[in-house]
Amino acid sequence: MIPAAFDYVAPTSVDEALSALAEAGDDAKVLAGGQSLLPILRMRLNAPEKVVDLGRIEALRGVRDEGDHLAIGAMTPYSDVVDDALVREHAGLLVKAVETVADPQIRHRGTLGGALVHADPAGDVGAPVLALDATLVVVGPGGERTVPAAEFFQDLFETSVADGELLTEIRIPKHTGWGSAYEKFVRVSHQWSIVAVAATVRVEGGSIAEARIGLTNMGSTPLRATAVEQALVGKGAADLADACAAAAEGTNPPSDLNGDADYRRHLAGVLARRAVQKAMEG
Amino acid sequence: MTAVDDRPQAAPEIGNARRRKEDQRLVTGRTKWTDNIQLPGMLHLAMVRSPFAHAKIGAIETSEAKAVPGVMAVYTSADIADIQGVCITAWPVTADQKTPDHLPMPGDRVAHAGEIVAVVVARSAAVARDAAELVDVDYEELPAVLDLKAATTDEVLAHPGLETNKSAFWQLDSKGGGTGGDIEEAIAKAREGGIVIEREYRQQRLIPAFMEPRSTVVDPTGEQVVMWSATQIPHVLRFCIAATTGLPESKIRVIAPDVGGGFGGKLQSTPEEFITLAVARKLGKPIKYTETRSETMVSAHHGRDQWQKLTLAAEKDGTVTGLKVDLICDLGAYAAIVGGGVPVLGAWMFNSIYKFDAYQFNCTNYYTNKTWVDAYRGAGRPEATYAIERMMDELAAEVGVDPLEIREKNWIRHDEFPFTTVAGMTYDSGNYEAATEKAKELFGYDELRAEQKRRRDEKDPVQLGIGVSTFTEMCGLAPSRVLGSLNYGAGGWESASIRMLATGTVEVITGASAHGQGHETAWSQIVADRLGVPFESVEVLHGDTQIAPKGMDTYGSRSLVVGGEALVLAADKVIEKAKPFAAHMLEASVDDLEFSQGRFTVKGTDKGVGITDIALGAFAGHDYPEGVEPSIDADATYDPVNFSFPHGTHLCAMEVDTETGQSTMRKYVCVDDIGNIINPLIVEGQVHGGLVQGIAQALWEGAEYDEQGTLVSGSFVDYTLPTSADTISFVTDHTTSPATSNTLGTKGVGEAGTIASTPAVVNAVVDALRPFGVDDVLMPCTPERVWKAIQSGGGTQDAETTSAQQAHFDEGTPNQDPAAGTTDGVVQ
Ligand SMILES: Cc1cc2nc3c(=O)[nH]c(=O)nc-3n(C[C@H](O)[C@H](O)[C@H](O)COP(=O)(O)OP(=O)(O)OC[C@H]3O[C@@H](n4cnc5c(N)ncnc54)[C@H](O)[C@@H]3O)c2cc1C
Repeated sequence: MIPAAFDYVAPTSVDEALSALAEAGDDAKVLAGGQSLLPILRMRLNAPEKVVDLGRIEALRGVRDEGDHLAIGAMTPYSDVVDDALVREHAGLLVKAVETVADPQIRHRGTLGGALVHADPAGDVGAPVLALDATLVVVGPGGERTVPAAEFFQDLFETSVADGELLTEIRIPKHTGWGSAYEKFVRVSHQWSIVAVAATVRVEGGSIAEARIGLTNMGSTPLRATAVEQALVGKGAADLADACAAAAEGTNPPSDLNGDADYRRHLAGVLARRAVQKAMEG
Repeated sequence: MTAVDDRPQAAPEIGNARRRKEDQRLVTGRTKWTDNIQLPGMLHLAMVRSPFAHAKIGAIETSEAKAVPGVMAVYTSADIADIQGVCITAWPVTADQKTPDHLPMPGDRVAHAGEIVAVVVARSAAVARDAAELVDVDYEELPAVLDLKAATTDEVLAHPGLETNKSAFWQLDSKGGGTGGDIEEAIAKAREGGIVIEREYRQQRLIPAFMEPRSTVVDPTGEQVVMWSATQIPHVLRFCIAATTGLPESKIRVIAPDVGGGFGGKLQSTPEEFITLAVARKLGKPIKYTETRSETMVSAHHGRDQWQKLTLAAEKDGTVTGLKVDLICDLGAYAAIVGGGVPVLGAWMFNSIYKFDAYQFNCTNYYTNKTWVDAYRGAGRPEATYAIERMMDELAAEVGVDPLEIREKNWIRHDEFPFTTVAGMTYDSGNYEAATEKAKELFGYDELRAEQKRRRDEKDPVQLGIGVSTFTEMCGLAPSRVLGSLNYGAGGWESASIRMLATGTVEVITGASAHGQGHETAWSQIVADRLGVPFESVEVLHGDTQIAPKGMDTYGSRSLVVGGEALVLAADKVIEKAKPFAAHMLEASVDDLEFSQGRFTVKGTDKGVGITDIALGAFAGHDYPEGVEPSIDADATYDPVNFSFPHGTHLCAMEVDTETGQSTMRKYVCVDDIGNIINPLIVEGQVHGGLVQGIAQALWEGAEYDEQGTLVSGSFVDYTLPTSADTISFVTDHTTSPATSNTLGTKGVGEAGTIASTPAVVNAVVDALRPFGVDDVLMPCTPERVWKAIQSGGGTQDAETTSAQQAHFDEGTPNQDPAAGTTDGVVQ
């Protein structure tokens, strides 16, 4: 497993990175944690001329409290995300989802930003980021723009980050006091999600006041189950099945060795109910 | 007259759970793996492989690749035609077996995706890989046969030249062989007044997935050509090279340095080895080839892959009167080294531990345009064990009794050993009652059955299933005469040498070349006890045909029961040869000597001499008895008189989430009887690893192809190997019925866990689902398949569980097709 030869640069600032990308045109690839990019290069599914490593740009790492939201640097590794006190307090759903990604070694290297730009529909961070109404900050030669999560994911492995652009930050509105759960369904522990449901709820007096539901691997992008979210309002823990049964409505899940589309639709309903139930518990 | 020997008595090494002496270097990787080897001027290879399952090879354009700086040569089949050798079949199972030619690099036609059509030689592996992308091959695609059942129709041929896909038909019939009754009579009788159960099971294709990818280095620069290879079979490989390349055997030295696992997957003479050798000879330079994991998956041989039709005849009370087995087996594109013989090994095992009156085993092997198939941990026995243990559960369900009760009714009682089975094997020892009793107790069988009932009554969404597997297997391959009678291309003996070095250490040379099993430790323990020398003083050498010139290598759980016996013979010869030296040194008669704890003593006195002192004396040669050679070293070759027959009772509890189909293991207990144990820690490791591999067949693994013949599960993302995070803590224990066919009383343990566990797990899953009308789930029992089985079985508990008629197999889809639902094929 030897990648084709490439040039390598490791800039220390976002500006340097952008100019390195601009110089190389569409033959450059950004390297974050490398947990998706390196397998792709090693299997020679892609052979860029230049690899721009973001690993030395300190400004892209870490979590800041910005009042009503948290700002997470794109290069923050998964393991820092799950350990971060701010994220744990204000965006519990993200922690629950990231904890299920791969194994400790991969969580140590893989980054939140890398995973979002990679946009694998079976990846585990798209659904929570979508459910938490995050905003993504993208910079390019033309400056900075912000993209709501709902517009960020465009297709299989495709986001609104264009060639020559960088994702720099993920802004997550605080969901302080919300309960959350990520129900990931796999056959073996180190697998990508066959289906997963991300749920976060605000409970008032034993019933649901607000709910946010994201679906993983139920289509070519992470999906938001807004109909379920609405149907859940006012429901108590014993009363979730009907609202959640509709989780798969309007989805177009894939069929593969792990299960066909029908089975995935069925799973989405069961997992949605379980996720919401757990989320109500805390 | 008591002469008190007050030296401390060393505790016996045999039975001591020693940590393995080889582990430090193996686990840290600070050792010689083939890929670590660097030789001056060494060049590297990259293979160009066919993406097509079946295609004519047209023009191959190599000029662009040759122009890459650092590329030394690009060869196609024609360039190495006279020296490339042939991948041979050691076991044509019948005289009229059809066997396609298998060139390491074919020139005209590829018969499976992944076959090599060209090789690039370069100064570095990276350059070779880059240049390989530039080799342009013109393929003309041919129709490919990819499905085993489709292959039986001969509508599309894997090898048009053979005019059929059928390789061979092989039968064992108890009436014809005089070992039992007439199977058709037994079935006819049971159709009238008894029970006939007919089932069809699928043994999916598996990938051995050893840890170290295969690697070969060839150095042609000395008098002998030296090949290092990550192989299980250095000796057999040397033979294959000599037999097919024109190199005299005496000019070939094969070395298997430390080898990172095999599971049967490195029991092969591979195209890659032959091509590396051919390139080295052509260029006169050392050459290395190391495959990528993706290449392992498509080109190293696969395992299993059968459809099994079974007809079991029984009396109304569950006494089995006959079993008929009809197998169709996928050999893949070529007959591999054991090849068609692997399923044939099942012939003696479908009857397992049971007393059947009549038995017939029919096996038909077919070629397809898929990766070749050969031995994989268990090789023929897991397939057989799976089928019979599933059938015994079906019979229990039909009769309405506990699965253990139906087994006890039919198994060989411990007071009936030695017992000659309906397949003609003589089992020397065993005690199925004792193993089962112990397993039940450790498992908490009655409590778990009670819990199962409670969950069923409460309609718990998580149901509990209990699976049983009371297995036996035949291992210790094999008595050479038996192999000869089966047309197998080699013997089954093993060899050992012991060299008593002058300074007190002992070199042990074994022909059984380990690839992770722990031979160095176990062999040291045996020799330490036998010769009375410290464990640390024993050095075990293996895997190099110049150091260990004779051997039949490691597979089929044979190393200890065959190779260990050779060791015992050699050690006994050493003692025998040392006796006259001792008598000479002690000025006593040979008849008055006793040997114990490494010392010869004169009976009734405290006069004695140590065997290592004798070794020094023999080395010096200054003063030794007349009429003997000045050496106490010895060689021995041992040919086993019988197979060995480990057995055991495995019990598995699975929780099945009926909402999602997810099956989760709750408890696993196995009580194995593997005879005497040399090192309990090594045994524990073999059992644990074996169990996980068998469980993986039941739940997780399967090699899947698409309709183009591309291996879809071609990486570990899709070929879902379990890790420790997917398994639970197993409860393992033993009963001991020493083998009577060898002096150590050992049986084999390398494959036992794999053979036993698969049916235990599937029986548990099916047991959980019986209230839903389910009687089979296709392996691997994925959540999707389990869930669909529940849906098509009715989806609610207490569904109609009585049998739907299934008159014969050829009508409609097999019962385990999830789409077709489950039918209970019981014919009254
Ligand atoms: C064995 C294994 C198991 C895995 N299991 C899971 C799992 O269970 N669930 C799961 O969700 N994922 C899983 N993954 C994938 C993992 O989450 C990856 O880490 C993640 O998808 C990519 O993050 P990264 O930082 O490693 O990005 P990289 O691999 O470095 O980059 C990924 C892609 O994003 C681009 N990119 C990266 N950062 C930026 C940026 N800031 N701006 C613009 N473009 C950028 C790169 O150019 C590349 O195209 C697994 C990976 C492996 C190897």
